[in-house]
Amino acid sequence: MSDKKNWPLWEIFVRSKNGLEHRHFGSLHASDAEMALENARDVYTRRSEGVSIWVVESSHITASNPEHNGELFEPAADKVYRHPTFYDLPDEVKHM
Amino acid sequence: MSEKEVKNLEEIFEARIARDEKIEPKDWMPEKYRKTHIRQISQHAHSEIVGMLPEGNWISRAPSLRRKVALLAKVQDEAGHGLYLYSACETLGISRNELYEQLHSGKAKYSSIFNYPTVTWADMGAIGWLVDGAAIINQVPLCSTSYGPYARAMVRVCKEESFHQRQGFEIMLKLANGTPEQKEMAQDALNRWWWPSLMMLGPTDAESVHTEQSMKWKLKRKTNDELRQQFIDQTVPQADLLGLTIPDPDLKWNEETGHYDFGNINWDEFWQVVKGHGPCNKERMNARVGAWKRGAWVRDAAMAYAEKKEARKKVSKAS
Ligand SMILES: [Fe+2]
Ligand SMILES: [Fe+2]
Repeated sequence: MSDKKNWPLWEIFVRSKNGLEHRHFGSLHASDAEMALENARDVYTRRSEGVSIWVVESSHITASNPEHNGELFEPAADKVYRHPTFYDLPDEVKHM
Repeated sequence: MSEKEVKNLEEIFEARIARDEKIEPKDWMPEKYRKTHIRQISQHAHSEIVGMLPEGNWISRAPSLRRKVALLAKVQDEAGHGLYLYSACETLGISRNELYEQLHSGKAKYSSIFNYPTVTWADMGAIGWLVDGAAIINQVPLCSTSYGPYARAMVRVCKEESFHQRQGFEIMLKLANGTPEQKEMAQDALNRWWWPSLMMLGPTDAESVHTEQSMKWKLKRKTNDELRQQFIDQTVPQADLLGLTIPDPDLKWNEETGHYDFGNINWDEFWQVVKGHGPCNKERMNARVGAWKRGAWVRDAAMAYAEKKEARKKVSKAS
């Protein structure tokens, strides 16, 4: 095996058509961003699945820890007043 | 973590899966879950990669341009399948290099079917029809398996498999309706690929060690024997349509069960091939390891180029 550095891992995001957001498709290895783009085209868009590709080196992604989901997302759960159903209105009010 | 805490976490974990929740890479998971998934997903990835070799053998000798582009596209898809699966596997904390190392050293297995030779063009038909056909039966239930990245990779794989099987069946159809020699060639390919395809669905339930746990984790939704029966039931009418004979004198429709009865599978042969004594085990590994070694300078050069470019960018920013 070669003692040189291994190709880093890249995360691949593809916009399937204009009007839609880029979505995570998977990952692949490439020596640089340009190669990651070309490889992503071959690996993830062989059947016109995309019109635009983003590549991001995986090591640049900071992810939240699911074990801390409690603290992180709990504040949203007790703010029911952020939802329309929190407000009591008479049935006669239409279009609201 | 104390033993009790782990046990508690495990219970919560199993309950999540039972509720059909997905497990994602950063979620806590039992070590056994991680190990089992690394083993299964990597084995699956290796099978896709090694699976390119028997068909790659015929790309340069395809009988027409139409057949050639189709076979080329199919083999390229298999490379893609391998890459989707390797990347799913890496989310479990194992590196691509370790995975390759396991394949190349023989520590990891791949599907035994790819250790059979492809001696005629008809084998391209039989592989697409039978081998991809059996693979589809294995893979469709995995689209709803519990590990998120694996399930997502399988959805993509399954979408692409149907073209593989159809192009194979079309090759068989053409040969079966051709000259007597061509039909003979198709029959010969069916004769050679039928039994290995049945074996491909795995050992009988009685001998399968992983089934119960795999069912719980949705790595399996039907047993090997159920999948095999499903494969036989759907393939026999297709063989009839081709006007070819399945090489099993005991094969016959059972009115009572609503399934085909079939003859004994030669499991000794299966285990021989799994243990490395199939007709092409050595050849496949030599081809794979050889390609990896011969490509080393390209990988190194690309990396050196990338580093040089990066350094140059830094210098020009600084000035
Ligand atoms: Fe495949
Ligand atoms: Fe396939």
